[in-house]
Amino acid sequence: MNRATIDLWVGIFVTIGLGAIVFLALKVGNLTSIETKPTYRLEAKFDNIGGLKLRAPVKAAGVIVGRVESVRLDTKTYEAVVGLRIDNGYQFSKDTIAAILTSGLLGEVYIGLEAGGDPAMLADGGRITKTQSAVVLEKLISQFLFDKAASGPAK
Amino acid sequence: MADSTIARGFRRIGAGTINAISRAGFATRFFVAVLYHSPSALRRPQLTAREIYFSGVLSLVVIMVSGLFVGMVLGLQGYDALNKYGAGDSLGIFVGLSLVRELGPVVAGLLFASRAGSAVTAEIGLMKTTEQLTAMEMMAVDPLARIVAPRFWGGVMSMPLLAALFSVMGVFGAYIIGVRLIGVDSGVFWGNMQAGIDFWPDVTNGIIKSIVFGIAVSLIAVFEGYDANPTAEGVSSATTRTVVGGSLAILALDFVLTVFMFRGLGNG
Repeated sequence: MNRATIDLWVGIFVTIGLGAIVFLALKVGNLTSIETKPTYRLEAKFDNIGGLKLRAPVKAAGVIVGRVESVRLDTKTYEAVVGLRIDNGYQFSKDTIAAILTSGLLGEVYIGLEAGGDPAMLADGGRITKTQSAVVLEKLISQFLFDKAASGPAK
Repeated sequence: MADSTIARGFRRIGAGTINAISRAGFATRFFVAVLYHSPSALRRPQLTAREIYFSGVLSLVVIMVSGLFVGMVLGLQGYDALNKYGAGDSLGIFVGLSLVRELGPVVAGLLFASRAGSAVTAEIGLMKTTEQLTAMEMMAVDPLARIVAPRFWGGVMSMPLLAALFSVMGVFGAYIIGVRLIGVDSGVFWGNMQAGIDFWPDVTNGIIKSIVFGIAVSLIAVFEGYDANPTAEGVSSATTRTVVGGSLAILALDFVLTVFMFRGLGNG
């Protein structure tokens, strides 16, 4: 096996190997969706965040406009403070409503933003005041049972 | 007292333990020595390129064919199981995640250990048996720099590329079965895969795993060859140890790495 042949094959091997990594990154892993665009930060307080995870999507009308960046507990009010990274391209009015929603019955948990009508926009570090917490299924069921019991025995 | 069976049993355990510790120590010193001699070996890239040819290029066919078949089986089995819950559309993410995170690095690593690792061990072991290594030392050529380091680095560089190719062929195989044969929508297949798999951390974790496996298998292969008894039997048992030890090392390391990576994911 002479040197030129080995060089040729190693070159081909390394090229298609690196090509495979690029394929995994772009076609399988969708590297292009990683946020390199400038972003700004918003905060929202929730009574209960349910199953919300870091890096969960933030959607407005179903379009992903950002990601959940941080989740912490406010020890004074015992509310969850969720930090959101929003694309600079999307601006939201000050009376925007943030709700914790689930896509489908068992799908991922995300934050839905519903734009309001206020002409003033939220700036970097702004706070979304109107929020709607996650629906906890157990609470819903117990409420349902309680209502059933209160309305008297079924006939 | 000294000849009682109990004492003999303990003596055997003791000898085994001491032997294992001394081999572990020797392997560690050997690893450091290989790293120490690496710069001088890498200054002659032609040596390493030759080893990439033997370890990487010649493993291409087996890796790519295995990847294709593993992907096709995953496509069939995955679709069958997912479709019971009406989740057949999630085939893309199921196949992609299993291949990129686990099967790609692990199965490619196992194949690499048996295809390339055993060959390296046999080659170095036979060089030792035929006293070529001693002859090199006599000529003031360090066999660690001339023979061992290029083979080690050839394996380390080939392994991530082979694992990535395995994953790509697997995804392609699942695409053939899922989309072409069963009829999952092509857009849904790729869309679910891209939505569910992130470059960071999923793809990068797979690459980190394959690099670690490459280092482990290559080190075991060159060490077993260098440490082999210089007899025909010694070389054959060294080759066996490379395949068995390399495979077990991959599976054990995979568990450890997965635990760390998932804990990392969970804590955010």
